[in-house]
Amino acid sequence: MESTTDFYQLIDALKADSANSLGLFMPEITLCVFITLFLAVRLITNRIDLFWVALTGAVVGLISSNPLQLFGGSLQSEELFTGLLVHDGLTVAIRSILMLFLVLFLIFTKISGVPDKEDGADVYSLVFGSTLGMCLMASANHLLIVFMAIEMAGVPSYVLAGLIKGRKRGSESALKYAIYGAGAAGVMLYGISLLVGLAGTAHLPTMALSLAEIIPAAGLGEQAVLCLAAVMVAVGIAFKLSAVPFHFWAPDVFHGACAEVNAFLSVASKAAALALLLRLAVGLGSVPLNQIEPPQTISVQQETIQSGLSATQMVTFERDDVDVKSSTPVEKVAVEESTHADQEIAETMVEVDPRIEIKQVHDEALTPVRNFISLLVAFFAVVTATFGNLAAYGQKNIKRLLAYSTIAHAGYMMMAISPLMVMLGTNNQAAEEAASALIQYIVVYTFLNLGAFAIIAFLRNYVGSEEIEDYSGMVKSRPVLVISLALIFFSLVGLPPLSGFLGKFAIFASLADGYSSAGSSALLILLLAGGINTAISLFYYLGVIKTMVMGEPNDEHHFGDRPVGKLEMAYIVLVTIPTVFLIVCWQWVAGFADEAVKNFIS
Amino acid sequence: MLLISLIVFLPTLGALCIAFMPSKKDEDGVNEKENQNMLLGATLAFGIITFLVTLGAFLFSSDTAFDAAASSMQNAFSAEWIPSFNIAYAMGIDGISFPLILLTTGVSILAILASWSIKKHVKAYCILFLLLETGMIGVFLALDFFLFYVFWEVMLLPMYFLIGIWGGPRREYAAIKFFLYTLLGSVLMLIAILMIYFNSDLTLLDPAILTTLTNDHIITAGVADTVAQATGPVHTFNLIALAELAQTTDCFSAELQWWCFLLLFIGFIVKVPSIPVHTWLPDAHVEAPTPISMILAGVLLKMGGYGIIRICYPICPAGGLELSYVVVGLGVGSMVYGAFAALAQTDFKRVVAYSSVSHMGYVVVGFGVWSMMGNGDYWKMGITGAMYQMIGHGISSAGMFFMVGIIYDRVHHRNLNEFGGLYGLMPKYTALAMGLFFAGLGLPGLCGFIGEVLVVLSVWRFSPLLAIISASVVIFTAGYILWTLQRVYLGPEYTGPHAEEIKPVNSREFSTGAILLALAIFFGVFPNTLIQYMDATVDQQVTSLNEWRVGYENALAQAEEADESQVEADDEGDDAEEGEAHSEGETADSSTSSDIALSN
Repeated sequence: MESTTDFYQLIDALKADSANSLGLFMPEITLCVFITLFLAVRLITNRIDLFWVALTGAVVGLISSNPLQLFGGSLQSEELFTGLLVHDGLTVAIRSILMLFLVLFLIFTKISGVPDKEDGADVYSLVFGSTLGMCLMASANHLLIVFMAIEMAGVPSYVLAGLIKGRKRGSESALKYAIYGAGAAGVMLYGISLLVGLAGTAHLPTMALSLAEIIPAAGLGEQAVLCLAAVMVAVGIAFKLSAVPFHFWAPDVFHGACAEVNAFLSVASKAAALALLLRLAVGLGSVPLNQIEPPQTISVQQETIQSGLSATQMVTFERDDVDVKSSTPVEKVAVEESTHADQEIAETMVEVDPRIEIKQVHDEALTPVRNFISLLVAFFAVVTATFGNLAAYGQKNIKRLLAYSTIAHAGYMMMAISPLMVMLGTNNQAAEEAASALIQYIVVYTFLNLGAFAIIAFLRNYVGSEEIEDYSGMVKSRPVLVISLALIFFSLVGLPPLSGFLGKFAIFASLADGYSSAGSSALLILLLAGGINTAISLFYYLGVIKTMVMGEPNDEHHFGDRPVGKLEMAYIVLVTIPTVFLIVCWQWVAGFADEAVKNFIS
Repeated sequence: MLLISLIVFLPTLGALCIAFMPSKKDEDGVNEKENQNMLLGATLAFGIITFLVTLGAFLFSSDTAFDAAASSMQNAFSAEWIPSFNIAYAMGIDGISFPLILLTTGVSILAILASWSIKKHVKAYCILFLLLETGMIGVFLALDFFLFYVFWEVMLLPMYFLIGIWGGPRREYAAIKFFLYTLLGSVLMLIAILMIYFNSDLTLLDPAILTTLTNDHIITAGVADTVAQATGPVHTFNLIALAELAQTTDCFSAELQWWCFLLLFIGFIVKVPSIPVHTWLPDAHVEAPTPISMILAGVLLKMGGYGIIRICYPICPAGGLELSYVVVGLGVGSMVYGAFAALAQTDFKRVVAYSSVSHMGYVVVGFGVWSMMGNGDYWKMGITGAMYQMIGHGISSAGMFFMVGIIYDRVHHRNLNEFGGLYGLMPKYTALAMGLFFAGLGLPGLCGFIGEVLVVLSVWRFSPLLAIISASVVIFTAGYILWTLQRVYLGPEYTGPHAEEIKPVNSREFSTGAILLALAIFFGVFPNTLIQYMDATVDQQVTSLNEWRVGYENALAQAEEADESQVEADDEGDDAEEGEAHSEGETADSSTSSDIALSN
């Protein structure tokens, strides 16, 4: 009898949980609905231009992810679907960035003419599918979802890389991408299984809790396995971020795929992978306050809710939390007024404190984890940024050059994780600022790379070439495109007053903050490496601009024939405007990012 | 606020207007052609308006007139810009920046007047030139470190293109070299800025100082409120507040100041330029078109000097004190090296370029002669001399480059060995050139003299040896300038190429040169017209830094005493290990303080 009531309770809890979760899952559901729609239409005919449908889908997705709720101030971290996903500021922010990017990306593909009517349904469903995976990456709270999301984002990208049919290079790059991806995923899955085996759970907060218990007592063997597992998981993410030494796919794929796909891969995929890295690092490096069980003596209510379901546990604990907070002032008054010392109330009064203390003990125990992640990411970041910038020097093809540039930028962005991990636990506000710096960089970078690849695609439509030498002297015939590209490239270098500087400034600031507050010399090395990399990256961006502006026009390519389309110019100007003017209203971006990571570290 | 912002952004406004100016059809009515006169005329108009607004506001207006007796920031304002990083949009003017603003806006006009030799892409040229002017004015007016850095970098891009598109045969190489050097320097500067920012804490500042800063509108009232309510540290980018923090509190450790001074100093001497990071300058000057050379030598180099005196010394005094030999040594090295290198050149423009390296060495020396004097008088003399040298060099070097440009436009070469005899062909031009080159030489009665004398005198108390070396540089300077004049203007007749194209200067060229020469003579005869504006500010800065120095040295001496007594106590206590550790600390400390003792 008892077990059946338990079962019904469980079902009821699940029902409530799912109903609650679905409401916060609307953007993903929107994507799913439209993917089905595309596939259904594809079955019937391939003559309909699905662009407007796709654009509607993306706009609905953007509206339903509702970035404005960040500024409402009432956004709480909530677990969805029994703890598989988490819905908080970061989820909302990254999802909004992805959806906004999707909207801009769709308009871009429409203007540039790839895909054509025939391919439309396929390409849109792939792009939507991949975006769906990226949204899941940004909100993953469970290692299984982490793996699923990575695969879900990855598999459609493999197909997209070979989008242009019949081109040898495209097919080759798609195959290469798929094989690398499969390998990296395999390694990552192995790492995940090791982690889960040690911690006994794949739910990230629970995992942090159990790691905090395991680590102080861990022997050498267990430590080695943990390190191995962390490195293996890092391989999977490094592949997505195209971090050195797992970057080999990037130049080939970028070279082989068309510029439109490159824009998608370099921006959306990177943003999602960084969000995931942020989640994993913070998730494993600290125990959230609401995950800690309060000492047993406190209340009778809580004992009735030991249903073993982590999600329901979570929800009830949160409610308890709220209850306690709201009732505390009243109880304070009660204590002051009554002479009769009520034992229970006194205990409830201090109820918040023991949890914080326990959290501190746990966080203390997790210090080696944080240091390890910090060093691991720092290593990847320095190597990636330096290698990316150095390798970009020799490139003759603009897409290959930008591939190395995205590698280098992945390095810069990863740098933010290192001070974050160093300051986590000791100075949570500064740690949140580091996370905010990363979000700011992602926002800026989205516009920059979208703009860069859009210009490359438009230039390809005119010149029919993506070799840098063929761009020689283009400023005379295509001044708007070339000046915009120059602005974007200088912004990628990080020169003020262009927006790229602000992203870089925010990340360097968090490095300096971490160094001056925690004194970790690794952060100083990162800061210096970042600075020197900025200076050396100038050279190859400048090389392209130099060719376009100061070179003599190439006789073989007459690009005077076709005038630049009004739509194209308008689009480029639209994407370039943030690059130039964001510095004036930088507080908007900073405010957005600050709100996104508020309460992210609890 | 509006006024200063207007001065900074008037050129940008001009650039926008010019961007939308129509181009005219050529004779066939088919291809579009740029209207050179109209575009350059508009640029000139905006340059003149900016200059007149500056003059009118700070000299003739009753509300905003520059008060030469006041030592603090005038017409300052501050507005919240990026609260997440406590960044403010703050600007102001004082005795150090005021002469440089006049120099910038003035030399810009003369450079535009020299721009009629630019024939291709005139529109782009005008836009970039005006953007460059905004960057330069902004650097001298910014009171917020972040804002300063932004303006500092803003002028990089226009400068790159101005050299790279309109320059000589090796323009691309020269432009990228300039860009890379400056960027590397400024990245180091950025690191120092961030380290200073995160160690700053406004809550440590004396509330009285904070109130003064708020009343002067240097920081916003909002910041003051934040400080009053703050529980943790409140960081700031405000240059004046940072200087107060460095001089009245101990929130920047001596070690931090040492490192930040070094990083900032490297960033600034790239711009000055001083050895060993000067090598971009000869290339940039040789390849740059004449007006850009004028701007480069006349204004851009001064930004490095301005940074040293506005930022390095006030914010990192401990670094300045301990590195004074490095600073002065590099300065004297530049003077000597620049002079010798100029002697060896056969390219007319290269001679002038190396003379810039040599002359800017005086500026570094003048700023650097701190620490060794009993009182601040000599340092004050050094700073005044260096400031005057910046203005004087701004006029004379712009003039010299203009003179080189005039002859290059005619004969299309700059080989000193192929010149000669221009005196007879272009008498007016030769007279102007003689005057301006003598100003560069530092002949008494011309603008170069005052600065050089003051600097050389101030070095005397710092180190007699260095003083003798720097005084002897004057001889080499005379050597290369006279030799150059002799080879170019004197001699029987011109035998080089394009002799048929030599014609007397036109009225535009003559008036530009005449203005420069007139200024050179005026500032040589009446130095006090400029010095009166700098005096109060320089005096105040020297006084407060010397007060700080006394405190710093006392603290060092006390620390040493404490260490000694500690060592004695430890020895008595027979605690061998601890005693060893302490004596190690003691030797380290005593070596630094003995440096200072030596210097005294």
